[in-house]
Amino acid sequence: MENQLLVSSSPHVRDADTIEKIMWCVVVALAPAAAMSIYFFGFGVLKVYVISIAAAEATELLCLRWRGKPLSRAADGSAFITGMLLAMVLPPSAPYYCSLVGAVFAVAVVKHAFGGLGCNIWNPALAARVFLQFAYPLRMSLSQWSVPRMLWGKAAEVATMASPLAKEGAAAPLSHLDLLFGNGVPGCIGETCKVALLLGGLYLIARRVVDWRIPLFYIGTVFVLTWLLPAGHDAPAWAADPFYHVLSGGLIIGAFFMATDMVTTPVTRRGRIVFAMGCGLLVALIRRYGGYPEGVAYSIIFMNTFTPLIDRWVCPRVYGSRTPRPARRQA
Amino acid sequence: MAKTMTFPVGGVHPEEGKDRTSGLPIRVSEPPGEVAVLMAQHIGAPARPVVKKKDRVRKGQLVGEAQGFISANVHAPVSGAVKAVEERIYSVTGRRVPAVIIENDGQERWARGLNEPQDVESMEPARMVELVHECGVVGLGGATFPSHVKLSPPAETPIADVFVNGAECEPCATVDHRLMLEHTDDVVDGLKLIMRIVKAPNGYVGIERNKPDAIEAFRKALADEASIRVVALQVKYPQGAEQQLITAVTGREVPSQGGLPGDVGCLVHNVATTLAVRDAIRFRRPLVERALTVTGDGIENAGNFVERVGTSVAGILERQGLREGANQLILGGPMMGIAQGTADVPLVKGNNALLVLRGARIPPQRDCIHCGRCVEHCPLGLMPAELSIACEKQDWDAAVELNMLECKECGCCAYVCPAKRRIVHMIKFGKAELRLRKARAREGS
Ligand code: SF4
Ligand code: SF4
Repeated sequence: MENQLLVSSSPHVRDADTIEKIMWCVVVALAPAAAMSIYFFGFGVLKVYVISIAAAEATELLCLRWRGKPLSRAADGSAFITGMLLAMVLPPSAPYYCSLVGAVFAVAVVKHAFGGLGCNIWNPALAARVFLQFAYPLRMSLSQWSVPRMLWGKAAEVATMASPLAKEGAAAPLSHLDLLFGNGVPGCIGETCKVALLLGGLYLIARRVVDWRIPLFYIGTVFVLTWLLPAGHDAPAWAADPFYHVLSGGLIIGAFFMATDMVTTPVTRRGRIVFAMGCGLLVALIRRYGGYPEGVAYSIIFMNTFTPLIDRWVCPRVYGSRTPRPARRQA
Repeated sequence: MAKTMTFPVGGVHPEEGKDRTSGLPIRVSEPPGEVAVLMAQHIGAPARPVVKKKDRVRKGQLVGEAQGFISANVHAPVSGAVKAVEERIYSVTGRRVPAVIIENDGQERWARGLNEPQDVESMEPARMVELVHECGVVGLGGATFPSHVKLSPPAETPIADVFVNGAECEPCATVDHRLMLEHTDDVVDGLKLIMRIVKAPNGYVGIERNKPDAIEAFRKALADEASIRVVALQVKYPQGAEQQLITAVTGREVPSQGGLPGDVGCLVHNVATTLAVRDAIRFRRPLVERALTVTGDGIENAGNFVERVGTSVAGILERQGLREGANQLILGGPMMGIAQGTADVPLVKGNNALLVLRGARIPPQRDCIHCGRCVEHCPLGLMPAELSIACEKQDWDAAVELNMLECKECGCCAYVCPAKRRIVHMIKFGKAELRLRKARAREGS
């Protein structure tokens, strides 16, 4: 054995979890919501998924090749998630080139230009979504033509609104139960069926892929603020209903699947709480006082930017000391 | 049953791997034909050889003399003739250090005055410490810190709580478990002697819950002992690290930046060390042998053995048999043990386990994905992700600011890392570099 002894640093045993397992776990967790979206919006959206995922994976391969990294990394699932998540935050009416351009932008610019998985500052799918918003403002707005199929009850003759959060033209607001199941709720492809998203989210929490603090504090902050912050006189009735806010739009998918993206969120528990509360504050402010009905995507992208700073300021307390960084001036 | 105690922050649960050897009684091995006794096998100054080639030595005779207070004597583990004084590899650092090579004459004759019962009842604490010093006792859990130093606490920090550390949290190691079962009363005796030396009112025996028979044995042995408590500890690595044990039981934290257990009134010795301290005081028996676990999936016949210090590791492997595909030799356990480049190293006082793994490989490393698991599991509240990156960049200011010097290299961070980052590797590298730079700076000035 002498001439083939392996010399490596301790520890000599490693936990079985790997990046690949974590990533594919997220794909599994997204699957129920993706399946529901196909039910609601028809097989047309399957095309969006396929294009988006294929473009993301192809771009991943090209970038890996270009950067001289092992091509096998394209199988780690991270590009797959990016493609899948991007499709889920696009409007059902988005033309195919939107998903194509978005996926290429997400993987090539947001991820690989910054150094690949682990080095990106923003969540690739969300950053691509925001990019598309500016690049194709008309195509990317939720149109009134995509009427979701009903789970129960009778569909409206004509779709009356583009999003449950739309400030104008809203007729009768949806019931909480409708919102929870996505019954007749218009919106982005993958964001409407909250039950399916919650199911996946809880799975990720149980599997310890996701820190429960982020969804809890994110959603909790939105709930409390939309409840407490005064709504304007001309605001629709639902504006003061915190449940309606929590169950509408992209908050659930954002809180469970995007604000929890490991790469772009703080590493410490307390840092994550700061991060999540920052996201919640932004969503509440944008929805209440901003001109834009949503706000989830912007809030997460904005807080992603602060992640390195949060990691610097909010560190754990070092054992045997009072301050997090007792060694500051020791060098 | 009393409530199980543990430390509050971090820790991991690696596979225990103890079943194979925990039921096997300790066997005393045949002494080898030749031993190589290293002069530097403890923390502190290396000992100076006091014998030369062709000298005849008796068992227990001093062959290396401690240099200064933080240093330790080394003794001849066998009787025989000094064959040479030459360099051998020290398995902990991988460096060559002077060693006394002794050919065993098989006589097993102790040097005069050693290995004889001492009059302990009337003995002064100072004399006890002197005996511990004389007998070359060091921390046998792997730290190899000279025990007489620990037993001489400064007057400003009196010791209130003395611990026997029987946690044995390192996977695969079972020797402390066996010692606790086979020498329960001796361990208690050793603990009482230590309490007497430092005049401490409270004693504790801390044992992880996965050794219920040992807990039971001590509960029985200590049934009418008011000053000593048996503490059942939760099974969690690194429960047996000095700091974690103290915090688990007392709630106190050893101060950072070089604080010692004594600063919070505590003193910890592991099971084997407690026994060695007892042997030194009761019998004036120098530390010339130790018990260790030999195991791992690359070993044919695993077990717990008493071996002489200086025995060739290659010889032990040959005796126990290697399996096909064995490719990693580790002295110590899987979490903190040190992989060897050669089996041609002599056993030292600090070796508590000898592990041979089959089909070991270094998992490919990826960029950190900020999952935060290392931060969550670090028992010391460090940020291993950033720390390893600072070391990788050789940004020493940042590394020190991130408390690199606090790290105990327990391995929890690298164990949990899904990106398989070599965090501990980088931290070890960083510490070594920093030491080198400081030494150079001293020389330069
Ligand atoms: S090896 Fe160091 S940094 Fe890593 S978990 Fe242990 S103490 Fe923390
Ligand atoms: S466990 Fe590994 S991947 Fe996760 S934060 Fe720590 S170093 Fe990065």
